[in-house]
Amino acid sequence: MSVLSEELREKIRAEFPKYPNKRAVTLPALHLVHDTLRAVSREAIVEIAELLDLHPSEVHYTMTFYNFFKDENHPLGKHRVWFCRSISCMLRGGEELLEKVCHKYGVHPGQTSADGKITVEFAECLGACEGAPCILVDDVCHMDITPESAAALIDKL
Amino acid sequence: MAKFEPVLFARIHKPDSASLKSYQADGGYSRLKEFLSMAPADVTNIVKDSGLRGRGGAGFPTGLKWTFLPKDHPGPIYLAINADESEPGTFNNRYLMEKDPHQLIEGIILACHSIRSNKAYLYLRYEYGTSYRVLDAAIRECYAAGILGQNIKGTGFNLDIVLHRGAGAYICGEETGLIESLEGKRAWPRIKPPFPAIEGLFRKPTIVNNVETLCCVTQILYRGIEWFKSIGVPPDPNNPRDPGSYGPKLYCVSGHVTKPCCVELPLGVTARELIEEHAGGVWKGRKAKAVVPGGISMGFLSDKELDTKLDFAGPGKVGCLGLGTAAVVVVDDQTSMVDVLYNCCRFMSHESCGQCTPCREGTAWMTKILERIRTGNSRVEDLDLLLEVAGSMGIIPGTTICGLSDGAAWPVKNAISKFRGEFEDYIRGQRATVTSAQKLMAVH
Repeated sequence: MSVLSEELREKIRAEFPKYPNKRAVTLPALHLVHDTLRAVSREAIVEIAELLDLHPSEVHYTMTFYNFFKDENHPLGKHRVWFCRSISCMLRGGEELLEKVCHKYGVHPGQTSADGKITVEFAECLGACEGAPCILVDDVCHMDITPESAAALIDKL
Repeated sequence: MAKFEPVLFARIHKPDSASLKSYQADGGYSRLKEFLSMAPADVTNIVKDSGLRGRGGAGFPTGLKWTFLPKDHPGPIYLAINADESEPGTFNNRYLMEKDPHQLIEGIILACHSIRSNKAYLYLRYEYGTSYRVLDAAIRECYAAGILGQNIKGTGFNLDIVLHRGAGAYICGEETGLIESLEGKRAWPRIKPPFPAIEGLFRKPTIVNNVETLCCVTQILYRGIEWFKSIGVPPDPNNPRDPGSYGPKLYCVSGHVTKPCCVELPLGVTARELIEEHAGGVWKGRKAKAVVPGGISMGFLSDKELDTKLDFAGPGKVGCLGLGTAAVVVVDDQTSMVDVLYNCCRFMSHESCGQCTPCREGTAWMTKILERIRTGNSRVEDLDLLLEVAGSMGIIPGTTICGLSDGAAWPVKNAISKFRGEFEDYIRGQRATVTSAQKLMAVH
């Protein structure tokens, strides 16, 4: 029984013509799998490697460089909420914001809430410093965030 | 002097500014056919003669970079667009991509024609989801309108643009780190030479340019060399190696200001003018204690250095590393420089790729020493220890492959030389001032 559905495999194969070799599809494939399965398991790594004509260790070696991807022991919740902790956000209350939100939802950065709805993360500069402190919900940025507006955004998810 | 009119940002406030229709209504792509009919070398010469310098941080002359490609190479030659904007405080490229993607795409087409490339990879940081969707839609519009793909505008020129999303790593902004990442590997910067122009992406000649740089290319082609050179700062006659700082620049102002903003101004504006005239002054009626001139890796200006011109040469004259990304971050007089420096060091320690020992270890140890200072367990001698570590890492002492390490060392060197008294007082006070929120962040 394979971990990657035929649909997911098709999406990965659709990336091949964009690059001169299959290895370059490593990041796009990891994103596709990670988005769908909320983690990249060891089995998934083996199957990605088969598709890309690589050794599983090559995929694993690349994947673990980027803190972005979660393994099967730390799967993502339904949504991922990133709190910027870099300089402009720190200067405008980003650290206090993250602390209050973590307290409210009973999680530490990197953890998923008990109901599996959100994974809270800290991020390095999100590139929205004119709206510091800012957060990223999945891949959409929200600016000028207070603990209240963060909670409102999260509760709407 | 006539009032400066924004050019790169001329369209960003218009409704629907990202659509092809709106871009064409403002004259976009109108002369593309004419430019594609020019000899590639003539386009390169225009960019070279304009004096355009890369906007990504290093300020290398763009046209000159293009001439490093091998002559008569059978191809393929690649253009990689660096949209991995991750330097803390920087967000100018986000505006350009979200609000005026066609200005960038036209620049990409012109650059590819000039360097004889038929394939461009746009490496976009994952966090810019909105930019991704806007660019994806804009690229589709171009294919449908015959502006991308085969035989563009009937000129016989072919070009494909591939959007490639990163996965949250600062080091992918270093051009060879970006190339490695695009190839599906760890983003470990390569030893140079060979430079990417000789052997880059997929071992083929490659030019890596920043988003704002390519938007400038579009404007230079349409408006001419004379226009570009009428803006900014000419070369210093006393410095034969200074190529000058021509053209408009997008300055990002954030941190402790009333109105954080991204504003287009001629190169050479002062930090004071940016803060007071464009960002509404320091917030809450306070004074600035320190100002980051161009992203944290450039170091700090003290309150006495606010009249420094933010052109390519200015920050270096007061001990900073350079102009960097022109991201100005203001720190008010109520903020501890110990906290600010800790934040910079923690960032660099988190983002060091780990390839070179002086950087991997140096960034981690500088962060640990600052943690020790913040928890009240340090000695004044720790400041000299910090300087010693900072002085041993980077391309400048010659111990690392890429410049991340210099960017990690510089805020330490600047903070301790310019604010030493504050650090000493902090240490002598031996008080632990770390709040619970700060403790939560103390993970590298």
